[in-house]
Amino acid sequence: MIEMLKILFAVIILFGALLSVLSAIGIVRLPDVYTRNHAVSKSATLGVLSILLGTFLYFWIIEGYMNFRVILGFVFLFMTSPVAGHLISRAAYNSKVPLWEKSVRDDLKDKDKHAKKLSQ
Amino acid sequence: MKTNDLILQTATKITVFIILAYSLNLFFAGHNTPGGGFIGGLISAAAIVLLLLAFDMKTVNKILPFDFKKVAALGLLIAALTGMGSFLFDVPFLTHTFGHFDLPVFGDTELATAVLFDTGVYLVVVGVTLTIIQTIGEDDD
Repeated sequence: MIEMLKILFAVIILFGALLSVLSAIGIVRLPDVYTRNHAVSKSATLGVLSILLGTFLYFWIIEGYMNFRVILGFVFLFMTSPVAGHLISRAAYNSKVPLWEKSVRDDLKDKDKHAKKLSQ
Repeated sequence: MKTNDLILQTATKITVFIILAYSLNLFFAGHNTPGGGFIGGLISAAAIVLLLLAFDMKTVNKILPFDFKKVAALGLLIAALTGMGSFLFDVPFLTHTFGHFDLPVFGDTELATAVLFDTGVYLVVVGVTLTIIQTIGEDDD
């Protein structure tokens, strides 16, 4: 039973490591800052969460030591990592980093015009 | 153009409490596990810096109406007084002691006077860090 649980936790941690590798490949392969940000802020978050979850479960069930700081780490990472991605994307858009040339639609392109129309 | 920081400000309002709770945890856990006054003070200062990033300096001064130079001075005073407190018991300067007490919620707890000294360190670190950051950031209006 213990051995099976150990294998399960190893699978969870390996899944997290695999997701982190995938997000690293996404940084290299994707064309512009927005798609790269999309790859990183999602899959790296879930990857690190899986690694933390595997570690927490290992120490809780095998070693009998419950570390609440790791749970706090889940919550914190889950809340802050998407916000960081959002802020980086918005800073990139506001400093006029171009979209990928094959992008078909940019709804924010004439936001200033809309804001002016709304304020009238 | 008016900037729209709604997502950052909402996330800040929740995460600041987590950061402050973690810094208090580190501060009190410092006796037996990694942590202590220095790192706890730095993390508290980081929480306030996050507030400064999400809101402006005037709002943060309204939330925390402290003069951080005085906070640093208070910390130094506490550290010096806990050092001098050992003179009352005829022992050398900075001698610390501890005892076991039965507290209502925590049960048998070991209370050490070193925590009082650590409080001084904590206040000095928070005060000095925020004085530096507020002085640098103060130039613009």
